[in-house]
Amino acid sequence: MIRLEKRRQPSKRWTYLTPPLAVVAIMIAGGFMFWLLGKDPVEAIRIIFWDPLFNEQFASYSRPQILVKAAPLILIAIGLSFGFRAGVWNIGAEGQYIMGAIAGAAVGLAFFPTESALIFPLMVIAGALGGFLWAMIPALLKIAFRTNEILVSLLLVYVADLYLASVSFGALRNPDGGGFPGSRNLQQYPSAANPELIAGTGAHWGVVTAIFAVAVAYVLLNHHRIGFEIKLTGQSPRAARFAGVNPNLIIAVCLGFSGILAGLAGLFEVSGPSGQINIDFASGYGFTAIIVAFLGRLHPVGILLAGLLMALTYIGGELAQLMLGIPAAAILAFQGMLLFFLLAMDVLTDYRILVGKKGLN
Amino acid sequence: MTGTLIKIDGLTKAYPGVIANDNVSFQIDAGEVHALLGENGAGKSTLVKMIYGLVKPDAGQMQLRGKPYAPAEPRAARAAGVAMVFQHFSLFEALTVAENIALGMENPPPMRQLSDRITTVSQDYGLPLDPHRTVGDLSAGERQRVEIIRCLLQDPKLLIMDEPTSVLTPQEVDILFATLRLLRDQGTSILYISHKLEEIRALCDTATILRGGQNVGTCDPRQTAARDMAEMMVGSRLHVPEKVSHATDQVALTVNRLTSRAVSPFGTRLRDVSFQLWQGEILGIGGVAGNGQDELLAAMSGEMQVNPDAIRLGNRPIGHLGPNKRRRLGLLAAPEERLGHAAAPDMTLTENALLSGKVRKALEENGFLNWNKARRFADQIIDRFDVRTPNAANAARSLSGGNLQKFVIGREILQNPLVLVVNQPTWGVDAQAAAAIRQALLDLAAEGAAVIVISQDLDELMEITDRFAALNEGRLSAPRPTADLDVEQIGLMLGGAHGMEVAHAPEESTAAQ
Amino acid sequence: MDLSAINPIVLFASLMVASTPILLAALGELVVEKTGVLNLGVEGMMITGAICGFAVAIETGSPALGFLGGALGGAVLSLIFAFLTQVLLSNQVATGLALTLFGLGLSALIGQGYIGQRPPSSGDLVLGLDLMVFLGIGLVALIWWALRATRLGLILRAVGENHDAAHALGYKVVRIRIAAIAFGGACAGLGGAYLSLIRVPQWTEGMTAGAGWIALALVVFASWKPWRVLLGAYLFGGITVLQLNLQAAGVKIPVEYLSMSRYLITILVLVLISVDRTRATLNAPAMLGRKFHASS
Repeated sequence: MIRLEKRRQPSKRWTYLTPPLAVVAIMIAGGFMFWLLGKDPVEAIRIIFWDPLFNEQFASYSRPQILVKAAPLILIAIGLSFGFRAGVWNIGAEGQYIMGAIAGAAVGLAFFPTESALIFPLMVIAGALGGFLWAMIPALLKIAFRTNEILVSLLLVYVADLYLASVSFGALRNPDGGGFPGSRNLQQYPSAANPELIAGTGAHWGVVTAIFAVAVAYVLLNHHRIGFEIKLTGQSPRAARFAGVNPNLIIAVCLGFSGILAGLAGLFEVSGPSGQINIDFASGYGFTAIIVAFLGRLHPVGILLAGLLMALTYIGGELAQLMLGIPAAAILAFQGMLLFFLLAMDVLTDYRILVGKKGLN
Repeated sequence: MTGTLIKIDGLTKAYPGVIANDNVSFQIDAGEVHALLGENGAGKSTLVKMIYGLVKPDAGQMQLRGKPYAPAEPRAARAAGVAMVFQHFSLFEALTVAENIALGMENPPPMRQLSDRITTVSQDYGLPLDPHRTVGDLSAGERQRVEIIRCLLQDPKLLIMDEPTSVLTPQEVDILFATLRLLRDQGTSILYISHKLEEIRALCDTATILRGGQNVGTCDPRQTAARDMAEMMVGSRLHVPEKVSHATDQVALTVNRLTSRAVSPFGTRLRDVSFQLWQGEILGIGGVAGNGQDELLAAMSGEMQVNPDAIRLGNRPIGHLGPNKRRRLGLLAAPEERLGHAAAPDMTLTENALLSGKVRKALEENGFLNWNKARRFADQIIDRFDVRTPNAANAARSLSGGNLQKFVIGREILQNPLVLVVNQPTWGVDAQAAAAIRQALLDLAAEGAAVIVISQDLDELMEITDRFAALNEGRLSAPRPTADLDVEQIGLMLGGAHGMEVAHAPEESTAAQ
Repeated sequence: MDLSAINPIVLFASLMVASTPILLAALGELVVEKTGVLNLGVEGMMITGAICGFAVAIETGSPALGFLGGALGGAVLSLIFAFLTQVLLSNQVATGLALTLFGLGLSALIGQGYIGQRPPSSGDLVLGLDLMVFLGIGLVALIWWALRATRLGLILRAVGENHDAAHALGYKVVRIRIAAIAFGGACAGLGGAYLSLIRVPQWTEGMTAGAGWIALALVVFASWKPWRVLLGAYLFGGITVLQLNLQAAGVKIPVEYLSMSRYLITILVLVLISVDRTRATLNAPAMLGRKFHASS
């Protein structure tokens, strides 16, 4: 018989050990899934986790792509981690990502074809603002009416997605695009473009911002009052009120901050790798970032590593699709499973597992 | 008396780091009221949980009426005729009295019939109860009746009562004792758990005393001096705090017509509470749980804000200020619930020191936290208040109740408050820690601070307070000097028997005194 | 624009059809939440039910077996949630989200070979209404009666109200909750299968399009009362049908804005219901979302 016994305090060792263990477990379980699909499990896992980094044929293309994919994941996940620590569940980052992209792109396109060094900074501000305002809808509704932020932020993703379709066909459609949906390509508009900063690295302004966000989050969470208040609110809301924390402020800060970062991620994506507003712009980064945040243990450095790993599974997944014909959906299921394993192993942090029969009778 | 009902033989139960019960043996006769006496943490709860089938013993046996008895679950215990009235956690607030009782029965009759039986049984035993009321709206004493009637409907052979009087006024205690005597006379055995000696002497036929998980002796409480039992229970002579009044005529705090909302759906709002607090005095506020204690603490700490003039610190209106602004001015508080209110369970002691000490100990500069200084403050609390823990990096929940409570009270006292408000400062705390905490509060008052002690423990209030006021349904009585009061008067201040009727012959309840 | 093409009786019948998927899913979630568990994976269980039901119906040619398969698929998926939250005591919010993410991926994976196929017809009873519509209404009555008047219902409510007390009385909190979660999963799966077999009827990736989340909102809207779930489901069904009819009638509002309406109205309803705070807090099961670990 297996029993759980609550530890007197959370185990530090298991806090750090569980994410790598979950990754190992997902490799095994994922391999099994690929085997069920009729593929060679060892080869599939190698292609996903090894080849994008070290295969001579692919690495030169894949390595920069990892940074390109990791940047939005890390940016969004850093923002989400604030809320998740406080028990403020923003699961609508995908919507904030879309709205940031639309707001930023709209500002850039409004200036077309003027060239000015001020345009890109203005777009960045607009992107941040777009994500921020979209996130403030659930925040304000929660503050004013205690409306559940999980449902509101999530439902707003569908609204944002429909709005994206609407502007792709309407307001932002490229007038010279021959009637096809989608905006002008911002990469071909120098003042509004977010180019690769160092050739061959994949590093664009989003990567820089992501690293900056990791550093800022680290300082805020560990050395600033707001980080302490966020943690306290999440662990013990009554103790937080006793400590004088204003719960409404925490809601606004957490949702606002994650909205800004998600909006920025959207802006850097639309002005860089993606290039244009179009119906298929939404890529699920806002949802995958939830996995990244948990895999990184809601810790900035952990999120940095988890973002890189998750980007690797994207690139590796594409590669596996190409090489072995493993369907893209399998990678989605694979990522979802990773979160299951991680949550399952969390039990080791808080509880001791006792195996064997207890008692003499 | 018709022989042995239950025989307990060598029961042992260990939890990590502590042996809750170590080879405990004793027996209860049929028709006997048997006391299980011991300090908090002596192992009483674990023992009765084993008898009730909630916990399986590591070793030892039990026999019920000569047959082996090893209940795998409470259902089996109930089927064997063992019933239990819990101290906490066993009622469903949003459900009705009848639904609550049905849940505790194996084969409850249809609701309408059950309601009739509840009405009948409750009247037979002098514990009137309306089966259709929602439990959340009942007083603490009425909730206990729900539990008792739930047990009585099962026709138990052994009724276990865990600290039943901690939620009752003295008058309500008399009614309960009358009911228990009636039950005993009908042949039901009662296992009565308590740490209150006077009660046990008034009610019980035999007493088994537990200390540190071991049976340290069985005696007849009516033949044994309270002092001897106390020593068996505690093990060593206790230091009883010396009470000298230091009250001055300087006003520290004025509360004027304080009215509030309730802090929870089934809470009690404060109505028109007024009093003055003098520097150097300890004001005791007694009352049965759920009469506005949580609301009063929240209104004083600033977690609940009220109209500015309702609370004045010295001459300054502060009713509208939040917790940190009040701390800056010198009004500090320690809530009842240690884990989750006064302290965050999973956070370290350093973080918990920062939790309320940030403002007065200047642990924060421009929003940035000074962790070194916070750690030194935590170490200081641990050192000065003898908090037993390896170091300040341990989580709050790893401490025992007594040690954490010393930490929480120490944290506030070391911030040199002008006024300190504490709610249930020694609830669930072992005797040594309780004595230390009471002494610390007395010392604080001696240095000139004003202290409000909200407590349900009347002995505690009698021991350390200068004046006493009672909180009843959100209203506060006028404070009176504690030295002038006796238990009977305090009982009446607490609301007497909350309008209960006594269905028994009156001489039974007077016999209890 | 031609609004006269909208026939009220046909409109009401199609409203009932449109509301059945979220009705079924919301009823299941209501039972789950009544026991104090918050399963945010409804969307994932629905879409898994949609593809499982679809695949089984195609393979066997029997819509009835298809519905059974859908319910089973949803229930099996929900057992992952049950195991993680009840046995391994993981966070219910995070686990529910994981369930949705995994369900979306898994369903897309299973559904690879079924895109573009037509399911076998289920046959109508009256006015284009099928058996499942009436089954849904029957389920409302059954759950209402069970929660109100049976011992099982009383135990379910007790577990959701105070799990420590229920445990102290000897009720198997974890087992009761696992059973409720599986029931909720089966209902969500059934709702999903209804989408892919009758409502649409075909399989497309992500076809639930937030229906699971709307079902979750519906439970809050209904203050955990079965008949109000039915009312809410009809309201949303009505909006969906009306919006489709307006589109068909050629109203001069872009399609995207019409489609947004169901999400925006869900949000609006959530806000309206939470304005009345006291009622919302009094009706919510007290243990909703909390972990239970028997200390003894």
